[in-house]
Amino acid sequence: MNKQFFDVAIIGGGPAGLAAALSARKAGAKQVVILERDVELGGILQQCIHNGFGLHRFQEELTGPGYAGRFVRMVRADTGITVYTEAMVLEVAKDKTIWAVSPTLGLIQLSARAVIFAMGCRERTRGAIRIPGYRPAGVFTAGAAQRMVNMEGFLPGKNIVILGSGDIGLIMARRMTLEGAKVQAVVELMPFSNGLTRNVVQCLEDFAIPLHLSHTITFVHGRERVTGVSVAAVDANRCIVPGSEFYLPCDCLLLSVGLIPENELSRAMDICLDGLTNGPVVDQYRQTCVSGFFAAGNVVHVHDLVDFVSEEGDIAGRSAALFANGELPLEKQYINVKAETGIRTVVPQRISLPTAAGEKVRLFMRAQEPLTRSTLTITTTAGKLVERKLPVAKPGEMIVADISTEKISPDSQEIIVTLLPQSLGGA
Amino acid sequence: MSTISKADVVVIGGGIVGAAVARELSRYQLDIVLLEAETDIAMGTSKANSAILHAGFDAKPTCWKARLNVLGNALYRQLQDELKLHIGWTGSLVVAKDPVDMAVLEELLVRGQQNGVNGLALLGRDEVLAREPNLASDITGALWAPTAGIICPFGATFAFAENAIRNGATLLRETPALDIVVENGRVAGVRTPQGVINTKFVVNAAGVRADDIARLAGDESFTIQARKGEYILFDRSVRNLVNSVIFPAPSKISKGILIAPTVHGNLFIGPDAQNIDDKTDIAATGNGMDRVITGARRLVPNLPLQAAITQFSGLRATAEDGDFILRESEAARGLVHAAGIQSPGLTAAPAIAQVVSALLKEAGLKLSEKRDFNPANPLKPAFQELSWEQRSSLIASNPLYGRVICRCETVTEAEIVAAIHSPCGARTVDGVKRRVRAGSGRCQGGFCGPRVTAILARELNIPMTEVRKDSIDSRLFFDKLPGNCEVPAHE
Repeated sequence: MNKQFFDVAIIGGGPAGLAAALSARKAGAKQVVILERDVELGGILQQCIHNGFGLHRFQEELTGPGYAGRFVRMVRADTGITVYTEAMVLEVAKDKTIWAVSPTLGLIQLSARAVIFAMGCRERTRGAIRIPGYRPAGVFTAGAAQRMVNMEGFLPGKNIVILGSGDIGLIMARRMTLEGAKVQAVVELMPFSNGLTRNVVQCLEDFAIPLHLSHTITFVHGRERVTGVSVAAVDANRCIVPGSEFYLPCDCLLLSVGLIPENELSRAMDICLDGLTNGPVVDQYRQTCVSGFFAAGNVVHVHDLVDFVSEEGDIAGRSAALFANGELPLEKQYINVKAETGIRTVVPQRISLPTAAGEKVRLFMRAQEPLTRSTLTITTTAGKLVERKLPVAKPGEMIVADISTEKISPDSQEIIVTLLPQSLGGA
Repeated sequence: MSTISKADVVVIGGGIVGAAVARELSRYQLDIVLLEAETDIAMGTSKANSAILHAGFDAKPTCWKARLNVLGNALYRQLQDELKLHIGWTGSLVVAKDPVDMAVLEELLVRGQQNGVNGLALLGRDEVLAREPNLASDITGALWAPTAGIICPFGATFAFAENAIRNGATLLRETPALDIVVENGRVAGVRTPQGVINTKFVVNAAGVRADDIARLAGDESFTIQARKGEYILFDRSVRNLVNSVIFPAPSKISKGILIAPTVHGNLFIGPDAQNIDDKTDIAATGNGMDRVITGARRLVPNLPLQAAITQFSGLRATAEDGDFILRESEAARGLVHAAGIQSPGLTAAPAIAQVVSALLKEAGLKLSEKRDFNPANPLKPAFQELSWEQRSSLIASNPLYGRVICRCETVTEAEIVAAIHSPCGARTVDGVKRRVRAGSGRCQGGFCGPRVTAILARELNIPMTEVRKDSIDSRLFFDKLPGNCEVPAHE
């Protein structure tokens, strides 16, 4: 077969990939290709039929398919963007050759000047968290169940317990309730929910679904189909409190126990990964440690809002187009951005110098634990870049701050981000 | 389901032993029926075990286990090509940590030599660490057994059964033996939910239930104790932690908690050993997992627990004296027991099949060879392992090879469809998983599970709500929701 050539190749047609394609075109890429493994564009948004998407970007409350639809139409209208659906990328080489397979096109081999990884993430499974018990039917990850209910129209259960209070778990609690199922409880290992506050309120509190914080599931009952789960309280070290165990009958256990960026392709290419985000280490252009390979969206770090995913796609798309045209500033030096006290992760993990005049870099951060009245500080050896008071900070909600790169002198060793309670030396 | 009213031999139990026996008997001009109570074969001990082809130095020289282990290991070398088995001849190490362990290794070496195991050698600490750099630094030496290997245990069971079926045997799934009809001290038939199968010869290969089957024929001569073992399986990303099968020096009841690679490029640790009364208790337990982790850390201290992808447990079928029970029943002539098949049962299975065949002959079964017996299974292409050219031509011949269903293991729709329509094809989601690995990767079916369910529904021509995960009552989904769930093209 003939090898095809593109300026920018994007792996993944979800919100990050779609935004990246449009932004790459806008920044001057002539030929862009999106390789999507599913039958249609849109990624996980297609199964997210609830509202709340696009508040930042469009100042509107759209559904997932609604939000995706806007991008898909723009992508489809742009003749400079080639879309391959049902195209599963199996291998990417450092020379930017990509191999994919599809039932209609067979083997697809193409070459690009710049590549953007936008493969999203996958769900952590029961096996990864070692829940004891049987292995009956009726244990699903919340996202898989969401696809079945919202896209295929099948109920995974009628009497449900959800482990994990991540956003998908919370949204599925409401969704299953609306479909007539009884949601017995949401069980959360941590002393706080990992989801957006608005989801705790709108999906649990509004439906009087109990949330058992600092609890876990100690046993899955049922040899063929789930018949119930044992639940127990955990102490501050997440060890089970003896005698606290109770039984919840159910026919289905949904797991919302974390998302893991899908970096199989990146790993196979030895792209440097961040041990905490599980995504590639990127700079402000979303360029990875391998020249000309960019990454955006949940493959970099798991986002709470799709609006930020699109924003990251914008950055990666523009940067990849500039790279393809030889216009991206060549890095002479990197300054690492480090998460310290109170902050778990920060993206980008490094800033490449020199930067353009007036350039601002947006940092996306996650708090280590919930704090009320805290101070976010971003400093270099030369001084403070940002200091901001946060009334509430939660691990489930991304903290966003812009830093002006003019203040970063090339002899700064690193940029340090902290989040401290205001009583502890914060302003 | 077809009703079968007579057979020359009925084999009860579709595990590795029952399947190997059926295949061995399919060499002869016989009507063979293999009965399996569950939805699929390899659902008991054969699906949850250490997946190891033991070298054969463990068992005392006089017992069945010793003879049949060494013979079975040799037979697998012949069967590998014929049946297209996945085997890795990795060798095994039994490691010692103190003088007591070292004395055990010396014993094993002598016993192994008596058993006829080739190539055994005692290695010093440095030699062991050179082969296995991730082992605990306090080990003092090891017994090296180059003939040990790793195998896909359910793959082997499918391969035996498939070959038996290709050679004329009949597999009846979801067909438990309800009773064994005995007339004048001889077997006369097996009663199933579909009626009685008249037969003069029955092979009892019912695993942990072999004593229950014996009792159906009025034979109370043995009892099977179920001994549970728990396992933790790790992602491919940590496969290189060990290169061969690593055992600790053994105890009286068990070979100990080991760490071993799998033929599919994963890694596992386990099993512990707990006697249990409930023969359906295959639950993983917190204590069991802790024991397995503690035991494995004695061998490899830096165990990558974050890379665990699943846990499971299985039951060993242990007989009172610890040896295999291979004999004709005294209570019911024509009933041949292949019972008490615990480790090294997987390794011994093809040898057990030969013994069972001989016992049936002694019991009066006429064995005349079939001219058209075909010992070979066809090669099934595994997309993941092919070159780009091969992949490209496969897709050209069948576009379903171009649709990757399981992302983690790169399993295509064509492979899944073939697995459903092969002899003893998959009926359940886990049946597909065990045949082609869709869903056995790090996402454990999070993405592909619903798709495999839909493919099964389509290929078996049943509603989605009838597709089962694994066992008889393990339906995955409830009602179809009312209305049209198509996502509209506009907002």
